[in-house]
Amino acid sequence: MALLEVADVSKIFPGVRALDSVSFTLQPGEVHALVGENGAGKSTLIKVLTGVYQPDGGELRYQDQPAQFGTPMDAQRAGISTIYQEVNLVPLMTVAQNLFLGREPRNSFGMIDRGRMDREAREVLAGYGVTTDVRRQLGTLALGAQQMVALARAVMIDAKVVIMDEPTSSLEPREVQTLFGVIRDLHAKGIGIIYVSHRLDELYEICDAVTILRDGKLVHTGKLAELERIKLVSLMLGRDMAEVRREGATAFSGEGTGDESAAPVLRVRELNSRHKLHDVTFDVRPGEVVGLGGLLGAGRSETIKAIGGAYHLDSGEIEVDGKELKKPTPVRAVKAGIAVQPEDRKAEGIVPGLSVRENIALAVLPRVSRGGFVSDSKIDEIVDRYMKRLRIKASSPDQAVGDLSGGNQQKVLLARLLATDPKVLLLDEPTRGIDVGAKAEVQSLIDELAGEGLGVVLVSSDAEELVEGSDRVVVLRDGVVVGTLTGTEVTTEDLMSTIATEAHREH
Amino acid sequence: MSTETVATRPTLDTARLKAWLPKYGVYAAIVLLVVYNIFFTPYFATWSNLRIQLIQVAPIVIVALGMALVIGTEGIDLSVGSVMALAAAFIPLYLGYGVVAAIIVALLAGVAVGFINGVLVAKVGLQPIVATLALFVGGRGLAVVISEGKLVDIRNSDFLYLGSGDLLGIPVLVWIAAALVLVVGFVVRRTVFGRRLLAIGGNRPAAELAGLPVKRVLIMVYVVCAVLASIAGLLSVARIQSSDASSVGLLIELSAITAVVVGGTPLTGGKVRVLGTVAGAMLMQLVIATMIKHNLQPSTTEMVQAVIILIAVYVARERKTR
Repeated sequence: MALLEVADVSKIFPGVRALDSVSFTLQPGEVHALVGENGAGKSTLIKVLTGVYQPDGGELRYQDQPAQFGTPMDAQRAGISTIYQEVNLVPLMTVAQNLFLGREPRNSFGMIDRGRMDREAREVLAGYGVTTDVRRQLGTLALGAQQMVALARAVMIDAKVVIMDEPTSSLEPREVQTLFGVIRDLHAKGIGIIYVSHRLDELYEICDAVTILRDGKLVHTGKLAELERIKLVSLMLGRDMAEVRREGATAFSGEGTGDESAAPVLRVRELNSRHKLHDVTFDVRPGEVVGLGGLLGAGRSETIKAIGGAYHLDSGEIEVDGKELKKPTPVRAVKAGIAVQPEDRKAEGIVPGLSVRENIALAVLPRVSRGGFVSDSKIDEIVDRYMKRLRIKASSPDQAVGDLSGGNQQKVLLARLLATDPKVLLLDEPTRGIDVGAKAEVQSLIDELAGEGLGVVLVSSDAEELVEGSDRVVVLRDGVVVGTLTGTEVTTEDLMSTIATEAHREH
Repeated sequence: MSTETVATRPTLDTARLKAWLPKYGVYAAIVLLVVYNIFFTPYFATWSNLRIQLIQVAPIVIVALGMALVIGTEGIDLSVGSVMALAAAFIPLYLGYGVVAAIIVALLAGVAVGFINGVLVAKVGLQPIVATLALFVGGRGLAVVISEGKLVDIRNSDFLYLGSGDLLGIPVLVWIAAALVLVVGFVVRRTVFGRRLLAIGGNRPAAELAGLPVKRVLIMVYVVCAVLASIAGLLSVARIQSSDASSVGLLIELSAITAVVVGGTPLTGGKVRVLGTVAGAMLMQLVIATMIKHNLQPSTTEMVQAVIILIAVYVARERKTR
C-alpha cells in the first residue's frame, strides 16, 4: 500500500511545463530521495504534494484515497509536513513557543500552561539532540538547532509524510548525524520521508529509494542502492557518463596555480574578535586558493567578514598587496581590492527587487558614471561582459534578480564582485543551494580566476569541494587556527583528522 | 480597456490585471474620475478650475517627491510639515535682506533638519519613524517660537510672484513643481545617488557589504526630502501671502505618504515611482475636489480617501504574494 502517490501529474506555468506527467510513489517508512538540478521540477512537485499548487493534470492519491489539497493547511491537516530550506519559524518567540505554536497546552483556566509547555519542549528536543534553554528566543539559536526545532515541530503534528528540502544545508556534521538518527526513528515508525538534497554522500547514507527529475520529466525511479553514484549524477545532468567520470565529482582541475615564491596578495595577522576569533593568521599568494576548514561556528565566516570590514575586530592586521588596510570598513575593503561573497545570498548578497544589470553594476557605480550621472553604455559593457563570461541565464539584463534561480543569483553576485577588479576574492559557501550544473560552473570559475592571479579564500562546508578546490587549507576551530594542510595533505581524511584530533586535545 | 481583455482572453485576465493594477491603477482611476467630472460636474472642464486644482496640489507633490525617496530607502519622514513651518517662519525674518537671501535661509533650515534626521537614522540607528517624530513635534514648536506665534502678512511682490504669478499662462508654482518632478525622476533613474538609494532600500546589508557609502546616502536622502519640504513651505507662504508657522503644512506628511502609497511605491523600499507619486497626489486632489463640488461633507471625503488608501495597499499586497 502506497502512502502517497502521484500519477501523471502535470503543472504548466505560462511558457513552461514545470511538471510533465510525472509519477511518484512514497511507501510508508521509506526515505525517498528526490533529486534533480534546479528547475528540474522538484520544488513544483513538492508544492503540488503540499497543496501550494493545484496540478493541471494527473491524479494525487494519499493513503490509497484520491486526494486533493486546496491549501497548504489541508495537506498539513492530512499529515503532510514540510521543512523548508529556510527555517520558517518565529525568531522572536521562545523555542518552546515555536514548538507549540497554535497547539499550546492549556491549564484549567484555559490559559497557556508555560511550565508544562517548557517541560514538554525540553523532553521533545532532547530526543533531537538539542539541549538548550527552551525559553531562549529561537533566533538566538544556531541555524542547525533551529532546523531541529522545525523538524521536531513537523513530527509533533502527527505527520505521516515529512518532506525535507535540503535539511542539512546549514548543519554541521554532528548535527547531520543527529538528524539522520531522527530520520531513522521516523522510518521505524512508518513515516514516509521525501528527502531533497544535493549532497550525494547523504543520499546514499540515509535514503532507500530515489526519484530523479530533469526538465520537469521523470528520468528514473527505483532503489537507490542499485544505482551507481556516477550513474545518478549522469541521469541528473543528462550528461555522458564517461564525461562525468573524466571530470570528477567537482569541476575543480585539482592543479595548484599558486606561485610559491610570490609575495602574498593578502596577509592576515593575528585577527582577534571577542569570543569569536583568536590570533587568526594566514597568507594568500596570487593565484592561490586557500580553503578555510572547520565546523560550523569555527569562525570561518567571521574571518571572511572581518577581512571585508563587515565584522568587528578588536585587533589584528590586514594587508592587501603590501598595503595595510587600516580600520577596515566595507567601503575601504572594496577600495583596497577585497571582494566578499557572503554566506547568506538572499539576506546579504543580492538586491532582489533590482534588475540583473543594476545588481552587477552596484559596486562600481562611480566608475561607470561622470559627475554623479551614470552612463548606461558603460554599464551595459560591464553587464554584457560578465553575463557572458559567467553564463548568467536571465530573460534580459532587466529581469529582477529575485526571479532568477539560486545558481544564477549567485553568478550575478559573483559578477558584481568581479566587476570591482578585486585582488582578493573571499567566497563563503559559493555553491550552497545551487544546482549541480551551476555548481560545476562556479567551481571552474574559481579555478579560472585563481589562474588569472587572484588570491582566493574559499569557505565550504562540503569537504570534497573544499579539498578539491583549495591549494592549501587553513583549519579553524573555535576561532583558532589549529592546522594548515599543504600539498599531499589536502585530503578529506586529513581535514577531518585535523579537526578531530585537535578537538580531542582540549577535552 | 480591461473589459476588452476579458472578452478576448478570459483565462489570463485576472493574473494580468493583478500585475497591471499596482502600476497603472492610479492613472486609470484619474481617467475615470476626470471622465465622470466632465459629464456630471458643472464648470469642471474649465481652465480656471484646472488652475486651482494644480495650484493646490503643487505643494503636496513637492513634499511627496521627497517622501517617495525616503520611503524608497525603507524609511519615512514625519517631519516634513514642521520643515514647511520652519521655512515659513524664516521667510518674513529675512525677506528684508532680499528674496534670494530669504529663500536660502529657508532652504538651509531644511538642510539642517534633514541632516539631523539623517544622522539619527543612519548613524545613531534610530528607526525612521521615531527619529523624524522628534522633529515633527519639535520643528513646528521651534517655528512658532521663531515667528513669535504671529501671523505675518507678506507684501514683497517679487516673492509673491512665486506663489501667485504666471509664466506663459501657467502658474509659476506649477512650473516649479513640474521642474522638481523632472529633476527627482532624473535623479532616481540616472544618478549614482538614485541607484544607491534603491539598492539600500532593497537590501541594506547587501548594499553595505558591496561597499556602498550607506550612511552618507541615507543622510543625503533625508536632506533632499527636507529641502523639498522647505521649498513647499516657502511656496505655500508665497501663495497664501502670509506666514503662519502654526498652520503651514499641517498634516501634509499624511497627504504626502498617501500620494506615495497610492502611486504604487511600496513601503518596503527598493522602488520609487516618481510619476506614480505625482498621480497619487493628483488623484487624492481630484477626489476631494469632486466631493466638494457635489456638496459632500468633509467627513465623507475623508472616508473615501481612506478607502482609496486601503485599495492601493491591497492591490500592492496582491502583487507581492504572486
